[in-house]
Amino acid sequence: MIWIYGVLIFWAAAFALNIYLSNSPWHETRVIKLVVPAIFGITILVVWEGLVRGLEVPAVILPPPSVIWQKIRESLPVFAFDFFKFPFLNIYFAQPSILWTDFVQTFAKGALTGYIIGCGSAVITAIMIDRSPFLQRGLLPVGNFIAALPIIGTAPILVMWFGFDWHSKAAVVVVMVFFPMLVNTVQGLAATDSMQRDLMRTYAGGYWNTLMKLRLPAAMPAIFNGLKIATTLALIGAIVAEFFGSPTRGMGFRISVEVGRLGLDMVWAEITVAALAGSAFYGVVAMIEKGVTFWHPSQRG
Amino acid sequence: MKSIFPIVTVVIAIIVLWYGAAVGMNSKWVYDQAKRAGTQVTFSQMVAETWAQKRPVLPVPHQVVAELYKSTVLKNIASKRSLVFHGWITLSATLMGFLFGTGMGILLAVGIVHNRAMDMSVMPWAIASQTIPILAIAPMIVVVMSTMGATDFLGKETATAIFGYQPAFMQGLLPKAVIAAYLSFFPVVVGMVKGLRAPDHMQLDLLRTYNASKTRTLWSLRLPASTPYLFTSLKVGMAAALVGAIVSELSASPLRGLGARMLTGSYYGQTIQIWAALFAAATMAAILVGAIGMIQHRALKKMGMVQ
Repeated sequence: MIWIYGVLIFWAAAFALNIYLSNSPWHETRVIKLVVPAIFGITILVVWEGLVRGLEVPAVILPPPSVIWQKIRESLPVFAFDFFKFPFLNIYFAQPSILWTDFVQTFAKGALTGYIIGCGSAVITAIMIDRSPFLQRGLLPVGNFIAALPIIGTAPILVMWFGFDWHSKAAVVVVMVFFPMLVNTVQGLAATDSMQRDLMRTYAGGYWNTLMKLRLPAAMPAIFNGLKIATTLALIGAIVAEFFGSPTRGMGFRISVEVGRLGLDMVWAEITVAALAGSAFYGVVAMIEKGVTFWHPSQRG
Repeated sequence: MKSIFPIVTVVIAIIVLWYGAAVGMNSKWVYDQAKRAGTQVTFSQMVAETWAQKRPVLPVPHQVVAELYKSTVLKNIASKRSLVFHGWITLSATLMGFLFGTGMGILLAVGIVHNRAMDMSVMPWAIASQTIPILAIAPMIVVVMSTMGATDFLGKETATAIFGYQPAFMQGLLPKAVIAAYLSFFPVVVGMVKGLRAPDHMQLDLLRTYNASKTRTLWSLRLPASTPYLFTSLKVGMAAALVGAIVSELSASPLRGLGARMLTGSYYGQTIQIWAALFAAATMAAILVGAIGMIQHRALKKMGMVQ
């Protein structure tokens, strides 16, 4: 009972604090803008922990955050330093770790490879069809249509074609990111107006000069919009494709296996890693965007 | 109208490429068979056979269409081999999840717009959730909800008392609907917050000079102004709900629905069945999203927001 009362008091206190902070004169400051959502997040974790303990929810239904954290710490790689064993690259894994192997398999091999291939080929395709208005008028509606379909359904087919290892996951990711990326890039390439293009013509800038110096830079906000959408799609594609078959590692594999064994702490640990990986991936792309499109109004404010 | 011809050309090109790819990908099997039987196949025989295999690597469009026709029109729709049956299972989960997800999303958006504490604490998480592969929790929700016994929409007894039997779609509906709702929830929150904030200061000030209450401002200004955003987020939410329903069917029991058809197809190497389920899912997505688009066009036209 003490857990439940404690949770209720904590919740009320955090709630009051958040209301006070967000109506205080400093609510426009950066610190408060970070503190308020942080308090909200912490409150959810505390309420979760307290209710699970207070109501004695079995671990096969919902493990408390502390148990999940314990599992994450157990499954993290342990780095060690041994100068005599490895004189050159002397930081190494002292202990093989489940979370790390799964992360490498799903994110680095599956999602990232597919992301690079898919986005790269979509940008190149967009530049190619950009020269032909006919293809644009034909491909854009088809691309828009396909982008709205449940493309994740191609996963079983691609797993059959490319086998269980990460190649099939990368293929699913390629298919998933290609069309949103294509549509965004084509829109971006159309972002320049005729005045700007006329100016390039008065400079005797040919097609390639205009493309490299005017149209691609002007397309960057749209391209990065596509790249950001594609980060989430890439992780989803790689994880869900593993539900259709995978070698004995990978985040999606681990989730489906541990769910079957009711090892929910491991499932939550994998979900935490997936969430962190997704946010970090998005964050990195957003940071690169900030550097590339510093001139755009949305980045100046 | 100007773009009909290019679109048709592109679609025809895709179909031609598809048939070509099928020849390339399925030919190995044909040659292997011929080698085993000790016979020779001519090129035209080979092509004909690659387009008519039972378990091809890549089925050709007419095989998929034939399978679709066979499993929708020719089968009794109550049969477990009918794609209409499986489609209805998926559709019911999608629609239920969509209704709950978008409903809650709109309510939360209204709350966020009116309460600064809510805005500052929830909104960053709602935006961050867009970068997270939420779909990964689908298998867990399905299993946890069946451990808790919360899978059927109406229990067997309740359903039998009302309808005289338990409709098939109600079995195992809840976990799928929850995942579908969860997936459609966050995009709707983010879109609707933007929409409810669409009125500018001038318009809000005008309502203040009328001494309009917050509720009145919501009904007369904020909600009408958010209509374009509403429909855009409804489309995103519908697509997300469908994906959620399909993926949750991979681990749900009983194994039913379009997602389950894909999974069983991949277990038994029934490629044509996978493609048929994929086409059915795509058609369903196109119809659902297209319907919202049509309502959007009508509504915006009536409100004078588009020509």
